[in-house]
Amino acid sequence: MIVNLEKFVTEERVQWEKLEAILNKLAADHWYALTLEEARELERLYQRASADLARLATFSAEPEARHYLEGLVARGYAEVHGGKSESTRFRPWTWLAQTLPQTFRRRAKAFTFSLMVTMIGVIFGGLAVAFDQEAKEVIMPFGHLLGDPSERVAKEEAADAGQLDGRKASFSGELMTHNTKVTLTAASLGMSWGVGTLVIIFYNGVILGAVAVDYVLAGEIVFLLGWLLPHGIIEIPAILVGGQAGFVLAGALLGRGQNLRMAGRLRAVMPDVVTLCFGAAVMLVWAGIVEAFLSQYHEPVIPYWVKIAFGVIEGAGLLWYLRRAGRKTETTEARA
Amino acid sequence: MSAMAKNAGMGNAMAAAKGAERTHRFHVRTPEGVAFSYRLASPVLRLAALMVDWMTVTAAWMILATIIGLLSIVSRDIAGMVMAISYFLLSQGYRIAAEWLWRGQTIGKKVMRLRVVDERGLRLTFAQIALRNLLRAVDGLPFAYLVGGLAALFSRKAQRLGDLAAGTLVVWEPVEATPDLSTLQTGKYNSLRGHLPVVARLRQSVTPGEARAAWQALARRDTFEDAARVKLFAELAEHFRGITPMPPEAAEGVSDEQFVRNVVEVLYLERK
Repeated sequence: MIVNLEKFVTEERVQWEKLEAILNKLAADHWYALTLEEARELERLYQRASADLARLATFSAEPEARHYLEGLVARGYAEVHGGKSESTRFRPWTWLAQTLPQTFRRRAKAFTFSLMVTMIGVIFGGLAVAFDQEAKEVIMPFGHLLGDPSERVAKEEAADAGQLDGRKASFSGELMTHNTKVTLTAASLGMSWGVGTLVIIFYNGVILGAVAVDYVLAGEIVFLLGWLLPHGIIEIPAILVGGQAGFVLAGALLGRGQNLRMAGRLRAVMPDVVTLCFGAAVMLVWAGIVEAFLSQYHEPVIPYWVKIAFGVIEGAGLLWYLRRAGRKTETTEARA
Repeated sequence: MSAMAKNAGMGNAMAAAKGAERTHRFHVRTPEGVAFSYRLASPVLRLAALMVDWMTVTAAWMILATIIGLLSIVSRDIAGMVMAISYFLLSQGYRIAAEWLWRGQTIGKKVMRLRVVDERGLRLTFAQIALRNLLRAVDGLPFAYLVGGLAALFSRKAQRLGDLAAGTLVVWEPVEATPDLSTLQTGKYNSLRGHLPVVARLRQSVTPGEARAAWQALARRDTFEDAARVKLFAELAEHFRGITPMPPEAAEGVSDEQFVRNVVEVLYLERK
């Protein structure tokens, strides 16, 4: 018990203010790294403030000092027990070259599941259109896809090369933001135990299958490849990565075969989910640019083989990136 | 009313107050054995902060759109692209950036004195801030944050889905008003002064909430009706007298209101 509260508060306040000064310094700069001396001082002051709070807690009439000290101990606790803080600055290149592909591979099962759901959707959509052309009206989200593919191809090929002139960039911006929103929603819906993610990914597959079969049946395979490959080869995997993030989240919620509690499971997958979401967004930025500036131009403006070759190269690059990038550091970390 | 019933009534009131306090607080016990608590933010405060943030984004966008609009002098197309991307980044990234830079606060949260904290009391990570904001996409469904609102309503820690996934809480950090000690009319004879064991026991046993309630009762005494005032101070005095045995000269012959005044004085002022 404190015998002389006034004396106690007056004496200790000096130490509390020192602790507050260190905490303020850390709050002002996220990447501030304490020196060894400062870290020791922080721990000493935090321990002392904790002890003071325990002693002050026996007193009723010092709510202000107590609240002040509680706040200080809470902040000190966060710094002292916070574990490895993000003291190193974010390095975009390291994130792109190592973190993202490594995370993708670490969560490969969720991606495979996302791919399987899409493929089932593709088969469903393809069969629906193959056996019932009227299904297009229900499945297709965009009006321009409802008509006859051959008529559209003829129209597109006869169109003036400058049909998108003056709005290529803004069209690209709209595509990027719209696709990113949809993908992030698919990822977020992992919190519905994956049901929402499953629905979005499946429906995406249904549309893809319906469009593909519709153009294949009309004999417009080359146009289809030239139109979809340049941007689709990145856009579709990006949506799958969004689905992957959603399924990782759902897996943590379900917790099958895991001993951790739900909060612990969610905490464990959190960095990976965020990395996958941002990764999908980056991929969609690229896809948006390609779709607006390349995909919408057809023969005779751009030969189909050029577009298809571009798509194939992109696809090979993406495959290499996701499978191989960051392997070296991954192996080194695993050994360590 | 019998003394027992009065005590029961006072006890019930105190217990209800404590119960309510427990419901809206989240306690963290450190490895040092020290406990601190967070006051969980109410849905109304969170909604108000959301509105302030929405107004902030709208205002910022009006300014930004005007500036970007100047780009259309060079190219309307480029201006259109920058507009689309900028609005997306502003609307989606504002909260992430603000909560990261200002340790869990946006402008709306600053105004409403709210803060995002880690549910274990640890330092917030960027992943936590990003995830809780990315998941607004699902919390906002189907409209007006219905999913998030319902999740927070049924959650023990008032967490929307984004908070649940990120392991975060939104807490309220009110500024505690310093008691205006001049209302206590000090300087008069205090029957408790000189009885150090009684004073010590009172200081040890009376909770901050009880002390503040007694001080508030004194500060607002003139706003009560006579009968209500007499009843209130009788209940408070009864409660404080029941805390520790008192020598007769400390409690007898002193009106209930004066006794409460004496208790508050020794709690708040004796150390001065």
